[in-house]
Amino acid sequence: MIIKQISIFVENKPGRLAEITEIIAKNNINIRALCVADTTHFGILRIIVDNPEEVERILKDAGLTVSITSVITACIHDKPGGLASVLKLFADNGIQIEYMYAFIAKSDNEAYVVMRIEDEDTAAKLLHANGFVGMND
Amino acid sequence: MNRYFNEAIETAPRNQLFHLQSYNLSRTVYHAYNNMPMYRKRMDEAGVKPEDIQSVSDLKKLPFTYKQDLRDNYPYGMFAVPPEELQRIHASSGTTGKQTVVGYTKHDVDIWAECVARALVAAGADENDFVQVCYGYGLFTGGLGLHYGAEKMGATVIPASTGNTARQLTMLQDFKSSIICCTPSYALYLADSLRDLGIPLDSIHLKAGIFGAEPWTENMRREIEERLHIKAYDIYGLSEISGPGVAYDCECQNGMHVNEDHFIIEIIDPITGEVLPDGEQGEVVFTCITKEALPLIRYRTHDIASITHEKCECGRTFVRMTKPCGRSDDMLIIRGVNVFPSQIESVLLSCGNVDPHYMIIVDRVNNTDTLEIQVEVSSANFSDKVRSFEAMAAQISASMQSVLGLSAKITFVEPNTIQRSEGKAKRVIDKRKLI
Repeated sequence: MIIKQISIFVENKPGRLAEITEIIAKNNINIRALCVADTTHFGILRIIVDNPEEVERILKDAGLTVSITSVITACIHDKPGGLASVLKLFADNGIQIEYMYAFIAKSDNEAYVVMRIEDEDTAAKLLHANGFVGMND
Repeated sequence: MNRYFNEAIETAPRNQLFHLQSYNLSRTVYHAYNNMPMYRKRMDEAGVKPEDIQSVSDLKKLPFTYKQDLRDNYPYGMFAVPPEELQRIHASSGTTGKQTVVGYTKHDVDIWAECVARALVAAGADENDFVQVCYGYGLFTGGLGLHYGAEKMGATVIPASTGNTARQLTMLQDFKSSIICCTPSYALYLADSLRDLGIPLDSIHLKAGIFGAEPWTENMRREIEERLHIKAYDIYGLSEISGPGVAYDCECQNGMHVNEDHFIIEIIDPITGEVLPDGEQGEVVFTCITKEALPLIRYRTHDIASITHEKCECGRTFVRMTKPCGRSDDMLIIRGVNVFPSQIESVLLSCGNVDPHYMIIVDRVNNTDTLEIQVEVSSANFSDKVRSFEAMAAQISASMQSVLGLSAKITFVEPNTIQRSEGKAKRVIDKRKLI
């Protein structure tokens, strides 16, 4: 349920995101999920990969500014109300989400939501207790 | 209308001025030698005795004084009078820790006011004028300097101080200010605001403006004059020497007259220290010859200008200096605030988690100076949360504001993108075009 996410600093200039994804491609890293946070002057590319520790090292060696953080994943039904079921659970329990993104799973009718939450252990317990499973469960 | 505040001095024959200067220089050197330990030590080291300084021609025998000397003697170590004789303290704007602190006796405040009064009268001011002073009142010498000068020459002062443009415009209209004192870029900003608010020019009553505290150009002068329908006069000064009014424009607007009965100007080669002739650009050096509390001798201003002794059509015989066209050090003047890149660096480093790799970008947008500081992201300060960056930028910004009195836009760039160089790194990009 708790997995590692790689975040990469991306300066806001033309071609920079392409350069970074090129580095990721050259090192044969498969991006399972991604999201880009954009501000006026920079972005933060957040990716989910297999072997995050190794990927962190590779990207750092390539000169990128990288951090590794824990995020919560939850499998939801790919149908109306799927996401709302998780968010309502968090709202009812006063758990705040810093940011989130979602992607469709390989199997039909399922999607994954990735959430950055300060107190991830409490959130994970809550999800478990309510029958949710994560990407790595 | 009086064309001079003090005609006898302002139009005195050169030889008379030379004798007056020589007499006052000699007195000042004795005063400094006897009452300022630093000068006694420096002169002893240089093998110069006070009696060696008989006339202005002997000035070059004396050692220079530097801003660092004031910092080393912070706050009151260089004052040549006991505390009970002091009447006023000012300090240079925008400095952290070791400010440049200056002191004045009653006599010093008075001669300073006299110098400013001459500048105001040269700009056409008389007793009927309402002078709106929009320089900051406080440790900065701009506000109180113009204030005392305007009172001295008998005008009515409107001590508006800085900020609140809407209120400044209301005062201009309702109080019928006829003379405004502010930075030249603020004058243009006021012109923009008048236009944007649709306030007709004939609802304000300005006839002249006295502008200083930052570098400006002849083009800016023309623009201010056209857009505000006024005459725009330059005023020059620095707190170490007294404040605004060390030199001032006359109606000819062709170089600023130095108040030579109080200050001797020299232009030197900043590398060799050699005194340069008329017309050659070099570093401006001032010697105070009438001050009591802080009579600085051969003070290196780091401003670059040239002088001319050619007679001015206004009748004044005081030597004229050009507008400073640059600096011989790395000091920046941003919105009238003097700031060194090293000060910005120390603020950045005090914020923690910030590497000493940064770039200062100064520009002028809509007639207002802008300050952007690019900071490299590092693995120590990088976070996956946008909020963390916002918090870091806000923290740096707040420190800049509280320590330097400057608002700055903080932007984050990738590591190793700011140029590293051996020796002196380039830390400043000044895009302001002063042509």
